[in-house]
Amino acid sequence: MYSFLIGPMLWLSLLIFVGGLTWRAVQYVKGLDWRLERVAYAYGGKNGWKGALWSVFKWLIPFGTHSWRQQGFTAVAFFLFHLGVVIAPLFLAGHMVIMREMLGFSFPALPVWAGDVLAVCGIAGGLMLLVRRIVLEQVRFLSNWQDWSLLALCLLVLVSGVMARFQAEGYMNWLVMHVFCGELILILAPFTKLSHIVLFFMSRGQLGMDFAIKRGGATRGPAFPW
Amino acid sequence: MPEGVLCNRKPITTEEDLKRLLADKGGRQYYEEMEHLEVDQAALWDALQKTCKSRTKTWLEICAHCGLCADSCFLYLANNRDPKQVPSYKIQSTLGEMLRRKGKVDTKFMIDAMETAWAKCTCCNRCGTYCPHGIDMGVMFSYLRGILYAQGFVPWELKIGAGMHRVYGAQMDVTTEDWVDTCEWMADENQDEWPGLEIPVDKEDCDIMYILNAREPKHYPEDVAAAAILFHVAGESWTVPSVGWENTSLAMFAGDWEACKMNIERIYGAVERLRPKLVVGTECGHAHRATVVEGPYWAGRPDGKPPVPFIHYVEWLSGALRSGKLKIDPAKKLKIPCTIQDSCNYVRNHGLGEHTRYIMSQIAEDVREMSCNREHNFCCGGGGGFNGIGKFRAQRDKGLYMKLQQIRETGAKLVISPCHNCWDALRDTMEVYGVKDIKWTFLKPLIIPMLIVPDHLKPKEDE
Repeated sequence: MYSFLIGPMLWLSLLIFVGGLTWRAVQYVKGLDWRLERVAYAYGGKNGWKGALWSVFKWLIPFGTHSWRQQGFTAVAFFLFHLGVVIAPLFLAGHMVIMREMLGFSFPALPVWAGDVLAVCGIAGGLMLLVRRIVLEQVRFLSNWQDWSLLALCLLVLVSGVMARFQAEGYMNWLVMHVFCGELILILAPFTKLSHIVLFFMSRGQLGMDFAIKRGGATRGPAFPW
Repeated sequence: MPEGVLCNRKPITTEEDLKRLLADKGGRQYYEEMEHLEVDQAALWDALQKTCKSRTKTWLEICAHCGLCADSCFLYLANNRDPKQVPSYKIQSTLGEMLRRKGKVDTKFMIDAMETAWAKCTCCNRCGTYCPHGIDMGVMFSYLRGILYAQGFVPWELKIGAGMHRVYGAQMDVTTEDWVDTCEWMADENQDEWPGLEIPVDKEDCDIMYILNAREPKHYPEDVAAAAILFHVAGESWTVPSVGWENTSLAMFAGDWEACKMNIERIYGAVERLRPKLVVGTECGHAHRATVVEGPYWAGRPDGKPPVPFIHYVEWLSGALRSGKLKIDPAKKLKIPCTIQDSCNYVRNHGLGEHTRYIMSQIAEDVREMSCNREHNFCCGGGGGFNGIGKFRAQRDKGLYMKLQQIRETGAKLVISPCHNCWDALRDTMEVYGVKDIKWTFLKPLIIPMLIVPDHLKPKEDE
């Protein structure tokens, strides 16, 4: 079971993940239309790109925008969670071993303790997001089964990963669960709201361009005060 | 009954139809007919497939339902944080649902969607700047309005408004003759006080062509005179076009894109005819959005820019103050606490906040900013056509409360608002909430008494 998950299944999940998200990104850009959005992309020049990059950059900084500053708890939860689900899996020592075996190279690995810290951050952030989704009426009201299950799935990956890492009782079960849930996320990503893994950059960039090219770039400059 | 006599999918294109619809006071018959107006589901699905592409689809799909947009929406805040007022919910339950059902929605669904599109969103675009994914629900609601309009589900006043643009080339029944007469009348009326004052109509090759809001000639002709006086004192070479002078676009509020295009082409036509170097628009937020920000696209201009530079009144005024064309007597600066209400359409959506700040610094000694301002300001409460819709008056009145709260926090006694919509909303706010100690004003009438007028422009006393 484990060798299947870590072998062909991993390849397949990665293929769907990378292929699917690339397709989504390409489709997004291909579907843009200056007449429909009323944004003169072709005439935006440098300012358009500056606006796009600024829009992405500002939102990637903790407390970098009015919105993040206004919602301190959410901002903390959000950034902690993403440390755990984005940074940790990409540079975790354990993952790098597998990557080297599969591809013959790997990213620089994080020290083991740093991986542990990131995973714990991720769990803490995820729980904070979960609590928020339960407690705040305006968020609970919006939530559908996909929101609940994807968040649960992400938490499950993190928790099972930590359990396996510390060789908790039932080590093998934790490990299988970790790999299985992780692959499920990879497979689901292109088809669910997880597609924001790439579409976040597209959408943020597009809105940055919109403001830089059309909605005030000429007067306030390309950098909208997000 | 598939379509009504008054409520149907056809735009108003003749004076006769317009008068018939106007005669239906408050839209009683119109809204009754709407209850039975059938949805052309095939046309709806076709329109969605053709126009709901990459950006809009992605926005609806990747929404994380995080609710960060909730607190950005003044209508959510003003309505006791009703979750049904969360922007994400509002768009998902209307446009999102329409797409999920592939256009197979019924009349009741469309009537509810109409209420959401016009009474729960003013297209102020504030939520778009608070969403981590950059999902601009104001943009989507504007798009949805177009979809609803095409199916005949549009508030009575806006069906009329769009019809006015189609029939008269203006949001009100002001004909070319009425307009030109008003210009002559206002120039004559103010001759004694401002000798040599002119309102030149259709003068070619001037520096400035001035365009305005039909309400000005129709209801506030003194505003036309005020604009003339300020250009006169500043020594500008300027003109107004006899056709293509209407800067506003109720058609934009209605989602009647065809009428929007007709309106903008009339204005750009005047530019072509009179060849001004610059066009200045009056103190109106949505008019600026319609002519300068969105207009070039409706006219099909690929660079997204108007044919010559188009500026809002505050840009012209701040420039005239900076260059010394207009000089303010420091002794006449306002002493009472003041605040500025910028229109979302020119500040968030066109970055003109610096200009109004400069003007304020020149005309008032005690200027107080509202808690969130400039690009992050709240809508006045009456934007996007909300002010004018009788059916949704109660919802509008409730929404006004947030702005009142903000103004009160500043302690300001005078609110300066270079926007017709904001101005109306402020007037109604003070009336609805019985506020007696806060006044509101446009810039033009405020500036004139503060000016240092050069001697040669003053009336000669012993004549």
